[in-house]
Amino acid sequence: MKKGWKELPEGCIIDKPATSLDFKTGDWRTMKPIWHEDKCIQCLLCWIYCPDASILVENEKVVGINYDYCKGCGICAEVCPPRASAIEMVREEK
Amino acid sequence: MKLAMTGNEAMAYAMKQINPDVVAAYPITPATEVVQLFSQYVADGEVDTEFVPAESEHSALSACVGAAVAGARVITSTASQGLALMHEILYIASALRQPIVIALVNRSLSAPINIHCDHSDTMGSRDSGWIQIYCANSQEAYDSMIQAVKIAEKVNLPVMVTADAFILSHCMERIEVLSDEEVRDFVGKERKPVYSLLDVDNPVTVGPLDLQDYFFEHKRSQIEAVWHAMPVIEDVAKEYGDRFGRYYPVVEDYRTEDAEVAVVALGSTADTLKEVVDMLREEGKKVGLVRIRVFRPLPSKRLQESLSKFKVVAVMDRVDSLNAFGGPAFSEIRSVLYETEKRPIIVDYVYGLGGRDIEIEELVRVFNDAERIAETGKYEKLVTYLGVRGEE
Repeated sequence: MKKGWKELPEGCIIDKPATSLDFKTGDWRTMKPIWHEDKCIQCLLCWIYCPDASILVENEKVVGINYDYCKGCGICAEVCPPRASAIEMVREEK
Repeated sequence: MKLAMTGNEAMAYAMKQINPDVVAAYPITPATEVVQLFSQYVADGEVDTEFVPAESEHSALSACVGAAVAGARVITSTASQGLALMHEILYIASALRQPIVIALVNRSLSAPINIHCDHSDTMGSRDSGWIQIYCANSQEAYDSMIQAVKIAEKVNLPVMVTADAFILSHCMERIEVLSDEEVRDFVGKERKPVYSLLDVDNPVTVGPLDLQDYFFEHKRSQIEAVWHAMPVIEDVAKEYGDRFGRYYPVVEDYRTEDAEVAVVALGSTADTLKEVVDMLREEGKKVGLVRIRVFRPLPSKRLQESLSKFKVVAVMDRVDSLNAFGGPAFSEIRSVLYETEKRPIIVDYVYGLGGRDIEIEELVRVFNDAERIAETGKYEKLVTYLGVRGEE
């Protein structure tokens, strides 16, 4: 339920941290990265270059892609070393 | 204590006594002295203020907003082109509900380039969400700066206090000043912000993107703050009057008791008009003056009460709206009086652009015109350009 104007904090502020997590921004992709675990050499370049926080890393290892925030820009696939080619861009299906 | 001071000196002196946390400014004629004198107070250690000399007015007000969201009490000063360059940030300061105060010297906007008085600068910013106080003299400019801090911090809206270029900013007047203690006691020792970026235990985000789903709600909430500001402005002025003896109503009625015609004005011309009213009253004429001190928010109820009883109201605008309908005070007064049962005839006099002197004889003419209109019920011109060569 969206709030009415009387319920909002003064001055257009957001009064608590990390609310960007609530704002899913990955719904307008046309291309989608697919991560192949078997080809991945765990160089973490995709994690470094992702402009959002869509490369999921656990214990210093890539474990997948967070599609809630991925806009399909393809930077991860571009920076993935050619001999590994662990990220493949495919068309987003409806 | 009485001191001989110019309007600029008086506003700078008020700033010294307020002792704000931050002043970020960029100099511009005719407001330069305000921050120049203030920077001297900083250099002499008479204030605790962090003084930020910025590289433009846009940067100056941006720095003010930054300091204000960090919880600081902030003042700056500018005029004309400087205010125009601040224009983008004016809206941000007000929407973020930051109680910043500007000591504003009214000067014409270019072109042609000019350094003298008219109200084109602040009237161009009248819809930016700032409270606007138009002062009739330098004593009022001094008093209003002190009131502005308190008003701003009570309603969390920014305030500009305006003084006419040169007529007030550079003319010497005898000013009754308060003691430093009285001022600091009136404005309070420090600002108590609703939130602060320096409050690391309660982190907030200031100024994020706000699209179709919440922008209107945030704007509506700001609009509500403006709807409720007027009683606070009146309360602060009353408290100031009760404590220090100088009262300033948002709309000042001068000798209007039995008047049939009234002239409306803002700024220093209102004080000149008081002389004219006194002169004409000596001759037995039933004329009065209504001065608008606070133009934003618009004192609509007070204007209805003051003006609806007259036969004729002549509005004096020191700026034209360039809308082919006259000046801003004229348009808004007509709009406000549309709601009253009895409506006077309302005509406009645009005068004094670019610092053109307004003479006593010209002001007498305005009253004479108004009386003639009252007798005949007819006017020749809805808008008259007063004191310009080549006019019919």
